[in-house]
Amino acid sequence: MAKLTIDGEEIEVENGLSVLQACEIAGKEIPRFCYHERLSVAGNCRMCLVEMEKSPKPIASCAMPVGEGMVIRTNTELVRKARQGVMEFLLINHPLDCPICDQGGECDLQDQAMAYGYDRSRFHENKRAVKDKDLGPLVGTNMTRCIHCTRCIRFTTEVAGVEELGATGRSEHMEVGTYIEKALTSELSGNIIDLCPVGALTSKPYAFNARSWELVRTESVDVMDAVGSNIRIDSRGGEVMRVLPTLNEDINEEWISDKTRFACDGLKRQRLDQPYVRRDGKLQPASWDDAFAAIAGRIKSSSGDRIAAIAGDLADCEAMQSLADLIKALGSPHIDCRQDGARLDASTRAGYVFNTSIAGIENADACLLVGTNPRHEAPIINARLRKRSIRGGFPVGVVGEQVDLTYKTELIGAGPQSLEDILEGRHGFSATLQVAERPMIIVGQGALARSDGAAVLGLCRAIAERFGMVSGDWNGFNILHRAAARVGGLDLGLVPGDGGRDVAGILDGASSGDIDLVYLLGADEIDTDRLGKAFVVYQGHHGDAGAHRADVILPGAAYTEKDATYVNTEGRAQHGRRAIFPPGDAREDWTILRALSDVLGCTLGYDNITQLRARMEEASPAFAAIGEIPHTAWGDFGTSGTMDPTPFGLPVENFYMTDPISRVSETMAKCSQMAADTRSGKTGTDG
Amino acid sequence: MSAAVQPDSFEFTPENMAEVKKYIARYPAGRQASAILPLLDLAQRQCDGWLPRVALEHVGEILDMALIRIYEIATFYEMYNLEPVGAHMVRVCTTTPCQLCGASGILDACRDELGVEVGGTSADGKFTLKEFECLGACVNAPIVWIDDDYYEDLDTDRIRDILKRFRAGETPKPGPQTGRQNSAPSSGATTLKDVGGPNEVGGE
Repeated sequence: MAKLTIDGEEIEVENGLSVLQACEIAGKEIPRFCYHERLSVAGNCRMCLVEMEKSPKPIASCAMPVGEGMVIRTNTELVRKARQGVMEFLLINHPLDCPICDQGGECDLQDQAMAYGYDRSRFHENKRAVKDKDLGPLVGTNMTRCIHCTRCIRFTTEVAGVEELGATGRSEHMEVGTYIEKALTSELSGNIIDLCPVGALTSKPYAFNARSWELVRTESVDVMDAVGSNIRIDSRGGEVMRVLPTLNEDINEEWISDKTRFACDGLKRQRLDQPYVRRDGKLQPASWDDAFAAIAGRIKSSSGDRIAAIAGDLADCEAMQSLADLIKALGSPHIDCRQDGARLDASTRAGYVFNTSIAGIENADACLLVGTNPRHEAPIINARLRKRSIRGGFPVGVVGEQVDLTYKTELIGAGPQSLEDILEGRHGFSATLQVAERPMIIVGQGALARSDGAAVLGLCRAIAERFGMVSGDWNGFNILHRAAARVGGLDLGLVPGDGGRDVAGILDGASSGDIDLVYLLGADEIDTDRLGKAFVVYQGHHGDAGAHRADVILPGAAYTEKDATYVNTEGRAQHGRRAIFPPGDAREDWTILRALSDVLGCTLGYDNITQLRARMEEASPAFAAIGEIPHTAWGDFGTSGTMDPTPFGLPVENFYMTDPISRVSETMAKCSQMAADTRSGKTGTDG
Repeated sequence: MSAAVQPDSFEFTPENMAEVKKYIARYPAGRQASAILPLLDLAQRQCDGWLPRVALEHVGEILDMALIRIYEIATFYEMYNLEPVGAHMVRVCTTTPCQLCGASGILDACRDELGVEVGGTSADGKFTLKEFECLGACVNAPIVWIDDDYYEDLDTDRIRDILKRFRAGETPKPGPQTGRQNSAPSSGATTLKDVGGPNEVGGE
């Protein structure tokens, strides 16, 4: 601990902190451009100058470590003058184009110029102009505005792990750019827009769309992957204008993936805004009553065991609870939430969540990845793995396809055989796991969504137990989900009941005529051709595969349009909040199911969301502690059995298009094209 | 970087590769990136005084560095050229002490003698003319740095003569062009005149 005096107040802080951090602890605001808590210290903007006793000059507080007995002054005339000088220099080349700059209103430079700027310029020479760079479809550039804080360079190099941005040239001629003009190949590239303290890097899809003060902010949860990143939905009128990250140290820190940030334009396209009923082979607009009547008629002529339901990847827990209750009330055991056919066992929670927790990754000292590409399935978790990896002493073994994860990995093998080798100690990585104190295993859906998935799961459990991954307060067994709905669905028991069919069984039944009616709750990632002659009810928000096949469409709400609960891959329940109303006649999903239950004569026992959430708490204690990870006891899950030697596949082929929202997003389409071009050797900015 | 003149491939010659290994061996394992400056210099010498893209990429591979990191360095230092240059690189110092000693005239003389503007390469491909910030030899101002040597204590006639001789294929003797020894006072010894012996000013 070091004792120092800041503006006359004594304060004791930990050694190794910077003066800037100490000032913050003391409650003094220090202006800064280049300094960022999560990036290395650059010390080049000089805005954070403070006065230090016995120093002839003001010091850059971000780069000065605290020392015993330091006397710091942050509010003297000298400090003010020094910062004014820095500001004047920064503004020498910064254009005065705030009225046409997207950063206007939320610009660090603008804000700080209010405090430290002069009201006129003493610079009569020409300002410099810099050619804009093409960084791909997401990040727009206005490089003339750049003040060379290098935050974007440090972020891409350190956090995102793609060394693509750099500072070329020197002094007056310095520019931030890439080697050969190319699009950034990171799944986290959008974060440099937030990091940029000026308007040099802006959001391309959001360009000139809105001003920050016109927007209504709603804090919510992301559903594009199973991470449950905390987001802020900025809306204006009935339109989502953009999605930004909010701080959550346990989950996404302050980053979000590009899909989370930019797929929101898909919310405006191909929306289901009124009920449809298929008449004479064509889907025709209908009223809610007509739609419900069509379903009721069909259910009456059928029996409970000939009805089935599948919950999709974006379904919220309220809707899934209502669906489960409704299907049960109709007397059917055929329900499943595992669209991809993953052989997850819903009976033991520890067997289907990310037990280590995302923040817990930083405490691990070895990792085994099985059938997963976290970079595409959960870029935020991959960033955590990288963060842990660059600290050193974190060997990462890969069983499955070898991909570039932005940190060092060791390829062990491709399929179940390699897992057996590890378990039996026949591979060098066994020794690594053996000596590790807190080893972890991450099992992806590529390893589980196959016919021998349960046996693979059992084998992974055996590895976890064999190498002491579960001991005391450490649980290193992790399932990495890729769908926001999955853990919630498993918690609420959306798996086949006694004699019930799973997704494959439901599809088999539908094609063979054993199932009369299939209720799809936003389920689009199934082979709709195999629904045969079954009567298909599709409840969802986008006209995707499920809706095309449907006989009745019930328009639901997207994640930005409903108050809903989602459980992330860690098993952490979080509340998403409604930012805007659903379009047209669309309704919040659980209310649709509640209304339908009335028509079907088996009214669900809740009239408002509070009652429904109480029902969910009954079903799983996870919903009692919102934002927390409940303690999960280790248990028995998975099976033993022979395994197919086929290598594990990767569940996400195209990171940018994984769900009905991102599939219709124009921005995501451009990104997919860019990613395909990059793979085929183009630079992503051709033509 | 203009694309038109970029060669298709680059590899260090065996002799240079031996040098490369020597440079890398100077740094601890894993810190091989520290050898970037001499490696770029070697590559530039091998490529007639400039660094084509393939050379940057080759150096990046050897040092396991991202291309942008190499490019940052290659653009930061003025001594690296990313475009083809003439056989002789003429760099005129125009910073204050040289300026006071007539660097403008020297620069004009170079322009006139070579028939190029600053940054240009002469029509015969023999010279590239550049303006440089302080070359750090102000005692002998004005200075022109040609290839690997400093030509000091210049005036317009002397620089013209030097350039003419370069054009003729000679390599004029570098250093002070007035006959003074190194950086000794230009007006002769001013101090320690009576000491004599090994400390005598002007002694070898």
